[in-house]
Order: sequence, then structure tokens, then C-alpha cells
Amino acid sequence: MAKVSVNLNGESVEADDGEMIIDVARRNGIDVPHLCWNVRFERIGACRICVVEVEGNPKLVASCSTPVKAGMVIKTHTPRILEARRTNLELLLANHDLSCTTCAKNLKCRLQEYAHDFMIQEVPFSGKRKREEVDYSSPSIVRDNNKCILCEQCVQVCNKIQTVYAIGLQNRGFKTRVAPPMRMDMNESACINCGQCVVACPTGALTEKSSIKEVIDALNSGKYLIAQTAPSIRATLGECFGLPPGVPVTGQMVSALRDLGFQKVFDTNFAADITIIEEGTEFIKRFKENRSLPMITTCCPAWIKFAEQFYYQELHHMSSCRSPQAILASLVKTYYAEKMGKDPKDIVLIDIMPCTAKKFEILRPEYKGEADYVLTTVELAKLIKQYSIDFLNLPESSFDSPMGESTGAADIFGQTGGVMEAALRSVADLMSGQDLQRVDYVNVRGMETMKEAEVDLGGNKIKTCIVHTLGEARKLMDQIRAGTSPYHFIEIMACYGGCVGGGGQPGPHRKEILEKRAGALRKEDSDKKIRKSHQNPDALRLYKEYLGEFGGEKAHKLLHTTYTNRCIIKKCK
Amino acid sequence: MKTIGEIISKYRDRSDLIDLLSEVQEEYGYLSEDNMRIIEQSLDIPLVDIYGVATFYSSFKLNPAGRHIIRVCKGTACHVKKADMIEGVLDDLLGLRDKQTTEDGRFTLELVNCIGACAKAPNIMIDDKVYGELTKEKAERIIKEFTGQ
Repeated sequence: MAKVSVNLNGESVEADDGEMIIDVARRNGIDVPHLCWNVRFERIGACRICVVEVEGNPKLVASCSTPVKAGMVIKTHTPRILEARRTNLELLLANHDLSCTTCAKNLKCRLQEYAHDFMIQEVPFSGKRKREEVDYSSPSIVRDNNKCILCEQCVQVCNKIQTVYAIGLQNRGFKTRVAPPMRMDMNESACINCGQCVVACPTGALTEKSSIKEVIDALNSGKYLIAQTAPSIRATLGECFGLPPGVPVTGQMVSALRDLGFQKVFDTNFAADITIIEEGTEFIKRFKENRSLPMITTCCPAWIKFAEQFYYQELHHMSSCRSPQAILASLVKTYYAEKMGKDPKDIVLIDIMPCTAKKFEILRPEYKGEADYVLTTVELAKLIKQYSIDFLNLPESSFDSPMGESTGAADIFGQTGGVMEAALRSVADLMSGQDLQRVDYVNVRGMETMKEAEVDLGGNKIKTCIVHTLGEARKLMDQIRAGTSPYHFIEIMACYGGCVGGGGQPGPHRKEILEKRAGALRKEDSDKKIRKSHQNPDALRLYKEYLGEFGGEKAHKLLHTTYTNRCIIKKCK
Repeated sequence: MKTIGEIISKYRDRSDLIDLLSEVQEEYGYLSEDNMRIIEQSLDIPLVDIYGVATFYSSFKLNPAGRHIIRVCKGTACHVKKADMIEGVLDDLLGLRDKQTTEDGRFTLELVNCIGACAKAPNIMIDDKVYGELTKEKAERIIKEFTGQ
């Protein structure tokens, strides 16, 4: 693309012709406040907070949607601009529900942050307020339109990035609102519970459905309390306590859960190893029989619901293997309960997950009576703070036996490409019957939303594809539907970056931050002595003592699942 | 009457959506949920977008309309000449409160932004005819003519 030179706050800088002003400014280290801009989304210029001055133009322009031109003279922080930003914020606040201290986004709200930065102590305008009922119908997400500023971030991520089309703009003028169509509530809508709208929402209009109160009750119920923590939590929880992204806090996290009163803290990573053993075995069988290929991973509950709704004719391509969360939950309420001589009803299992969709997953009828509650990373941090636990100064402790040991393969589950890499390590060995040296499959790594890799496993060329974000998944599914998919094995994760970018993780979900989180998981992996799932000694003991052979009958009963046709297009006359 | 399928077959994709919705409404009097879902399936346009367009334009109706459509002008001139009062009178006369269409399916009341007869404000339009310089009494008389009371 042609390069042009522009003058930005008195400095001459180079930019691509047609690049938006805000992107040029940010690349040159100048942040421009914004509410409706996201580097990955369409530019709609709705919030008017990012306005800047362009010489020769009498009006201020929205920097998110104004392209640069050669010789443009741009100023980003003059008194006139600051005054305009302040006025625009005041106008946004004029009809905003100002119940900030009791809002779920209190202290995490970007509108609140800007109101504070711009020292808006009173709102000079009084506008008409929205009065809508709050939608609590979804197991994962709470929608409160009274706090919506119509920045469309949620609509963009839901429709453009995820292609779910659960919510959209309706009506016009003052009555404009964001909601599912046809007066459906969130639970009736096509929502897949991924929570990316919650992450995108700058205010309290979309928040996660909290289970903190129920968990506090459980902590005081006198029952036997078990927690499991998903692979990505250890790499993100520290950020809630002020640590920079990418600092793992595994030991402190386990100690904090013990301090909260959990008798046992198990590692979902242990179950991730079992997932790989089962999924790997399943893949090899399907590959040899050349049946239902490509096979698609099923760790992500948002992706599963997406497939059940939009590609219900292709569900035979899904691995039948449960997600690590559901595997551990199944094992806790069967194997572990039997081993300890406990009635499963007396055990309360709480899952610490990066994900709002896991709150939906545990309610699936197939998993009834297994996991009791899901807390997201953000919720766990709040719970730890409520109990005044000095998190950063906690001594480190380790997960409990017999479901606390995991391999490096499990560590990388929390990022895009991780499940595929873990699976390839095991499939290579299981196919060749050897302990191969190769553990690094670098082609499956990285933040591109679609990655292809061809791997030679024991003379068999296996074509794999890894996608994150469901718009990309849709492309692969359309290929499968058309019978033109060239792949054997596909990994799909709903959230950008995989679970490190989950809907229950602390924000903001910028690429650089997600990469640091993924880097932390990768380091955990490379520091481990055992890096292949099927060599996890505790998992092997479990198969020997209880489950029988890999992919055997008992393993199938406890570790596999079925899917439901959730075609959302209602039959019409 | 044309079937919904016949109407849809004339259109190709979402760039035709407004024309398509207009024709469906012309044929059926309003945009039913079923018809919007059939459009979703036939042209592969997300329902949320169809619903967004259908609710954005005030000329699209989501409920069956009455036999007579009363449009109350809320343009600037009519507003100044107490269009609110006229709206209230009609609401009371027809027993509408929060509904748009009367129980007997005779009238549908709509608010419109300007019908272009500002000199005679406040105005209403019933079907294709404009009634200007309204007062409470005049509005009552006009409605009575229609209801035959």
C-alpha cells in the first residue's frame, strides 16, 4: 500500500494511505480515548469520544473512521478537543443509569473511567432514561439495556466475529436498543454463551451471570468441597491482583482455594491429558477406518452449541470426547467418590473456568449432577478479595492427588492450537507405537485466526487446521457441508486466542496481552519433564485401576458424550 | 393472494430486503414472525438483521393493522399546536391506552413525524384523507362518523 506522510501533533509520521487516524496515532504511541473502537471490528464512529482536529476542517472528526491523507495535519489533545470529549461524555451520561457503585462493572467500566479522567462531577444535562427490565434468562450472561450506550461492540463481536447473530440493533432514535430479535430473551436466542460481548462491552450493559453467592453458600454447607481449575486460569488470575500479563500464579491459586475452604483442589489439566488420550485414540480409529473425517475437537462449549445450532447435520464430525471440565467432573462424582467411599451428593464440585459458556455446559442434561457451579477467573478473584486473602503473598502449594498431575501437553490447552499440538504429540506416538522425540509442532502456534499444518505421522500425512473465532469455524464447516474439506483433524475454539481470551477472563483482551498469557502457558509446558498426555503417570494409573483400556467401554461411558440438534430456525408453516 | 414463497422468489439477497419487506407487507398487511423467519431461511439473511430493518422504519408493521389507519402528525407545527392532546383524545375515544389497534380491529393509531400539512396543524390522517385544524370536538365528531355512533 502507498505510504503517505502526515503531521501528528507536530511530528512527521508515516502511514498507509487510507489508514484511520486512530490507528496511526496508536502505532506512534499516542492513545486516543474511545468507546466504540476496536482494532478487530468495523469502524462505526458512534461514540464521538475519539474526535481529533484536522487542519483545514472546521469540524472535529472521529479519528476511528477518518482515513489519513498525504500532508494531513492532525492534533489529538488540544483544549478544544478535550472540551468536546468532555461534552460528549456528559451527553452519554445524561441518559445513563448512574447507579455506578452497585453496578457489576463498577471500577471496570470504561465510561466511568473516562468520566473520572475528565473530572465530570455533575452532569449538566438531564435526559430521559431508559427503563427496561434486566434480562437474567441466560445461564451465562446478564443483559441490562439501561446501561447500554449503543457503541455496538457486542453486536460487532457477535455478528461479525462470531457470526452468531444472537443480538442486533432494533428500533430507532431514543428507542434504539440491542437485543435478540422477536422479543426473545437471551436464553431463547441463538446466543452461544461465549461471553465475548461481555468482554467487548465498555459499560455494565452486558455482564457475566455470577455464581459467587451460591459458591459462598456451598463453602458454608458442611459438604465435601472440591475445586478444579482450567489450564488458562493460572496464566490470567494474577492480572486481577495487579500482576502484569503472563505471570503464572499456579501455586498461589491453589493455596487461595484451600484458604477459601476447599478440601481438594484438582487440576483440569489432569483431565486435559485424559481428553487427549481419548480424543487421540478416537482420531486414530477414525483415520484408519477413514470415517467421519475431519474430526473436530470438542473442548469448547460455545463452539459445541454453535455446531448444534447451525451445523446439526454435521455433528458426526465432532469428537465424542467430553471437554476436560466435564471429564474431571465425571471422574470426581464416580471414580473419586467411590475411592473415598463418599456419596456423590455430598461432594460439591466448583469449576474455575475462563469461560461463561462453561456455566451453560454444566447444565447440559448429559452432565446433570456432576459439576455444581462454575466461577470465572474474574469471579474467583472477587471471591478471594471478599475473603481478604493476601493473594500475592500466599505460599505456593500443589494440586491434590490423584487428579493433580499433568503433562506439558495439558498446559497449552488454554491457547489456540494447544489442543491440536497436544493431540499430535500423542497421536504420533500411539500411531507409531514408539516414544518419538518430537514434541514441538510450531506450525499450529500463533495468533492467526486460521492456521493449517500438515504433519507426517508414521508415514501418514495428516492435514490439520486450527481456528479460533467462530466466523472462521463457519468457513471450515461450510467446506465440510459441501464435501470439500481437505482436512483430517480440526481444532476449533470460539474465543479469539483460545481460552486465554475467554469471556470470563480479565480484560482488556488485546492481542499483545493474550500472547503474553499464551507465552506463560508455553513456558509451563517447556519446563515440564513429561510433555505427552499419554505418559501422565496418574492418568495411566487411573486407566489401569478403573477405566480399562484407552477408548474402552468404561472410558466411553464416563468420558464421552452426545450432541443435540438445536436447529434454531423454527419450523414455519 | 400471492404466497410468501412467490414473493421471495423475485428477490435475491439482503440488498433487496427493504423492497421485499414492503411487498410482503403490502400483500399481508403486516410482517408476521413466521414470514420473517421464512425470509431468513430462504435468503440466508440473519433474523436479527431482518428484525432490525423491520423495526427501524416506522412504515413497517409487526402486528396486523386495523381496517382504518389513523396517523397522528407529531411534526414541529402540530407539536406546537398540541398534537399530544389530540393523541390523548383519540386514545380515549378508541380505548387504546398502550395498544396500537382497537379490540374490534377497526382502527390502528400511528404517530408520524410530518404529513406535510403544517399550515393546518394540528393534523391527523385517516387512511388517505387529511383532517386539519383539529380540536377535541372536531376529532370526536370525525371518529363518530367512522364508527356510526
